[in-house]
Amino acid sequence: MNPAIEVINVTKRYGSLQALAGISLSVEPGEFFGLLGPNGAGKTTLISILAGLTRASSGEARILGHDVAADYRGARHALGVVPQELVFDPFFTVREALTIQSGYFGLRNNRAWIDEVIENLDLADKADVNMRALSGGMKRRVLVAQALVHKPPVIVLDEPTAGVDVELRQALWRFIRRLNRDGHTIVLTTHYLEEAEALCGRVAMLKQGRIVALDRTENLLRLHSGCYVELRLGGELPAQLEPRVAERREDGAIRLALPDYAEVERVMAALRESGVAVQEMEIMQPDLEEVFVQIMQKA
Amino acid sequence: MNDGTSVVTGFYTLFYKEWLRFWKVSVQTVLAPVLTALLYLLVFGHALRGRVEIFQGVDYTTFLVPGLAMMSVLQNAFANASSSLMQSKMTGNIVFVLLPPLSHREFYLAYLLAAVARGLVVGAGVLFAAIWFVDLPVAHPLWVLVFGIAGSAVMGALGIVAGIHSDKIDQLAAFTNFIILPLTFLSGVFYSIRSLPPFWQGASHLNPVFYMIDGFRYGFFGAADTSPWLSLVIVGASFAVLSLLSLWLLKTGYKLRH
Repeated sequence: MNPAIEVINVTKRYGSLQALAGISLSVEPGEFFGLLGPNGAGKTTLISILAGLTRASSGEARILGHDVAADYRGARHALGVVPQELVFDPFFTVREALTIQSGYFGLRNNRAWIDEVIENLDLADKADVNMRALSGGMKRRVLVAQALVHKPPVIVLDEPTAGVDVELRQALWRFIRRLNRDGHTIVLTTHYLEEAEALCGRVAMLKQGRIVALDRTENLLRLHSGCYVELRLGGELPAQLEPRVAERREDGAIRLALPDYAEVERVMAALRESGVAVQEMEIMQPDLEEVFVQIMQKA
Repeated sequence: MNDGTSVVTGFYTLFYKEWLRFWKVSVQTVLAPVLTALLYLLVFGHALRGRVEIFQGVDYTTFLVPGLAMMSVLQNAFANASSSLMQSKMTGNIVFVLLPPLSHREFYLAYLLAAVARGLVVGAGVLFAAIWFVDLPVAHPLWVLVFGIAGSAVMGALGIVAGIHSDKIDQLAAFTNFIILPLTFLSGVFYSIRSLPPFWQGASHLNPVFYMIDGFRYGFFGAADTSPWLSLVIVGASFAVLSLLSLWLLKTGYKLRH
């Protein structure tokens, strides 16, 4: 079976700016894949190349085996993109916008699926309202609906929850998770790394147009950070533990970054030898945000 | 296609969307230009009657009607394609037509036909409104139709080029004010070019809009400043050049796909 997304050594240059410097990755059908990186890392450029909005300077990109340039019809039929910008056509109602978008993909008599999308994104009471009259969150829902209107097997969401309320975020993820369970491949870019950690089975991290990490989310969490121990002590932290301090909080709690769980015992031994009492202690897993920061600092 | 989808539906939907876009604001896009043309008819018809040399036996106000109708056709065909594209680019909703599997030819044809449609609707509106005031002959209805369609198609193709090229409203306004308006006003809408000095007669023959107006007017009066066949050749050549240019811009993704 063809990969849902296949990117081979893709570069993109805007004048003197190298936006993508040789990206290669493959996303398998049915995956929930995260594309993370700071602003300007090249995430949106990569998505734009997949969507045919931008042309790669070199390299190949395919959606379910369809080359995005040579076989653009096949590639675009297979792909649904939720763009990052909150754009809308002010001339139409929600239902008109969805019917028109459906028609662009060559679909007539698509009302049943349009109704289902409207229902699932809680747009039913706004279906006949002009796009101009919708709130930002509602417009965002319509953007998602427009990307799904032709039932694409591969769905790319470029920061879909930027600036939206918790209710929409939860409704959106419920629906996207259901689509993923039904076999749709999902590619997500987001600055909310807790979302990526909770949703994505695999993650690629980009920096300055290069992939600096690409692995399963649990492997990234395991490989890069060890663990954290948060302590509240009855005395001063022994000097030999000072290099481990990641954070000193105003309330007196100290967070130590440890390379692995075995180090916890050595911390406890050092505290015992120094006669410092432990009042509170919590061992914490690193989260994707901490992994992300570490990787970006090293890259 | 064999997956239940149809290329024709994609093209037709884009055309229909463009049709809806102007029809939903028809007071601004249809009624207003018809009213403007009637005001021109009232003011110029009254002010210039008897002062301008026109065809033998044709009343000046009657002479004015086809020119004003064609001017409205041309300006509105241009405005439809150019403003739709430029506004979509400015607001970012152009992405909705760039993401689907529409070819550059379908894109071109849909915008072009919508421009022709608006041009013809406005032109028909002007003629319908004018016949209450003047007794308008129609010597060759087929020529009227041919030049109505061909003229609006030329300006629709030019509108596509202008809409793709313009990034800001003032760029498009410059296109309209410094190219479209002078070409239409200096094309013989308000006079027969026979009334001009020889230099300006020659200059008028370099203006493709002159041939659109002149050919269209021939359809009504059976008389014109030049042969309708020559006009048709020049209008056809203008259409071919502008169509090739707009197709090339769309194919290369100029200012649309980076």
